Amino acid sequence: MLIRRPNALKSSEITPEPLYLDRRAWLAAAGALAVGAFAKNAPAQDPQPVGKPYGLQPDDKPTPWTDVTTYNNFYEFGTDKSDPARYAKDFKTSPWTITVDGLAGKPGKYLLEDFIKPSTVEDRIYRHRCVEAWSMVVPWRGIPLADVIKRAEPMANAKYVAFTTLMDQKQMPGQQLGVLDWPYTEGLRLDEAQHPLALLAVGVYGRTLPNQNGAPMRLVVPWKYGFKGIKSIVKMTFTDKQPKTAWNISAPNEYGFYSNVNPAVDHPRWSQAKERRIGDFLRRPTLSFNGYSDQVASLYAGMDLKKNF
Amino acid sequence: MAPAGALARIRAMREPRGFGATLVLAALLPAAYAIYGLASDILRGTRIFGSNPVKAGEHFLGEWTLRFLIFTLTVTPLRQLLKWNWMARHRRTMGLFAFAYGTLHWLVYILLDIQLDLQEMVTDIIKRPYILIGSLGLLLMAPLAITSTKKMMARLGGRRWNLLHRLVYVSCVLGVIHFWMAVKADIGRPLMFALGFGALFAYRIWKWREKASALKGSPTPA
Repeated sequence: MLIRRPNALKSSEITPEPLYLDRRAWLAAAGALAVGAFAKNAPAQDPQPVGKPYGLQPDDKPTPWTDVTTYNNFYEFGTDKSDPARYAKDFKTSPWTITVDGLAGKPGKYLLEDFIKPSTVEDRIYRHRCVEAWSMVVPWRGIPLADVIKRAEPMANAKYVAFTTLMDQKQMPGQQLGVLDWPYTEGLRLDEAQHPLALLAVGVYGRTLPNQNGAPMRLVVPWKYGFKGIKSIVKMTFTDKQPKTAWNISAPNEYGFYSNVNPAVDHPRWSQAKERRIGDFLRRPTLSFNGYSDQVASLYAGMDLKKNF
Repeated sequence: MAPAGALARIRAMREPRGFGATLVLAALLPAAYAIYGLASDILRGTRIFGSNPVKAGEHFLGEWTLRFLIFTLTVTPLRQLLKWNWMARHRRTMGLFAFAYGTLHWLVYILLDIQLDLQEMVTDIIKRPYILIGSLGLLLMAPLAITSTKKMMARLGGRRWNLLHRLVYVSCVLGVIHFWMAVKADIGRPLMFALGFGALFAYRIWKWREKASALKGSPTPA
């Protein structure tokens, strides 16, 4: 045989890192969900998915750890899907400082640990839909974004929250290329950000977030296309104006500010009606708001979603 | 610095034994890899083409189409500059492989990517210029493949055959535009192909101008 997939497992990946969850809870959760049911082609040492499912469809199964951690769009480390896992290895995520500023009653600078500490870390299994028409089911670990916003005490005129990724061309070689307007920026309307489904993830599969997945902290907004989930966040700014967002700057006709998953609104260069679940061969229909309509559709009541794509 | 003798020796090189067969076997390798990788990934769940094998395999075959177009267009400059006239007959091999890879790329798109969703196919072709451009580029290669035999060449006559086969330049341009439009933001790879084709086009323009000025300078027969 000519080609063999190299064994991509490193010893660092085999050691579990039950950092935020105590061992007993981890075992219970793993026991409940695991039983190898999801482990198609997954080596036994791979972590098992943990967490409470949110909005999963009957046939939704967590995407294997290998795919979640090797198939990534994180252009700061290269534009190929395999680049982030390869080039983010030595990315330094500690110490990590997060700045909260803008129209906030309590602006400040926090160490990541202090930023997270007041909240309860939760494991939640979400659907994930990339704008490129592929999807996954990811067991995230994180804190509700609403918690953080509440603590920042946004002023009455704050309507949006903007996020910024670290700018560090040395550590993030992709930022040396003019592919996007660096640093990566994203934003949400304040009521979107306060929605209980919006998560600041610090882990995946019960482990500390791997660098290629946006360590140490990233945004997860499961009813929006994946690129809204800005990675390696260093700043949150409350503002009264709709913030500029990286992909919207790059191609405003292709990537809107809202970017809610919508099978009825095609990307100019491809259809969004169907998606390929990683690991599946046959495509499946894409669901409105990625299957979270019941929870989030009211946020957009009366809005023309074709216009506000 | 290469001494004049070295160039002369290179120019005197004749076709190595088994060159044609080796070329064909080598040209088959990427296709074999793609077919094996896709089959294994889809049927056995391996990750030879990564987590999204259909897309990766599709892109792999598309890039090889452009590579074979580059090879096809490299034959003539190589032949002329190095006086390797024996290269001429391998141009057809390269061209046919370009067409074959383009067809495989298209088949993966139709069968594995959009999975014969006719409605999507139609809207793709109407609404999405890069699909239309790519399809057109491939379609224009079909008459070249059909007329690639010696018999057809004789039937058409050298002049007309040459004229028809200039279509390959259109296919190259359409292929690069298709690739350029298909990428999300990183134009690095399509740019490489654009530069490659640019250089090969520039060589031809230079040759034509040289030929034209030689004709103008020569005395017209009475």
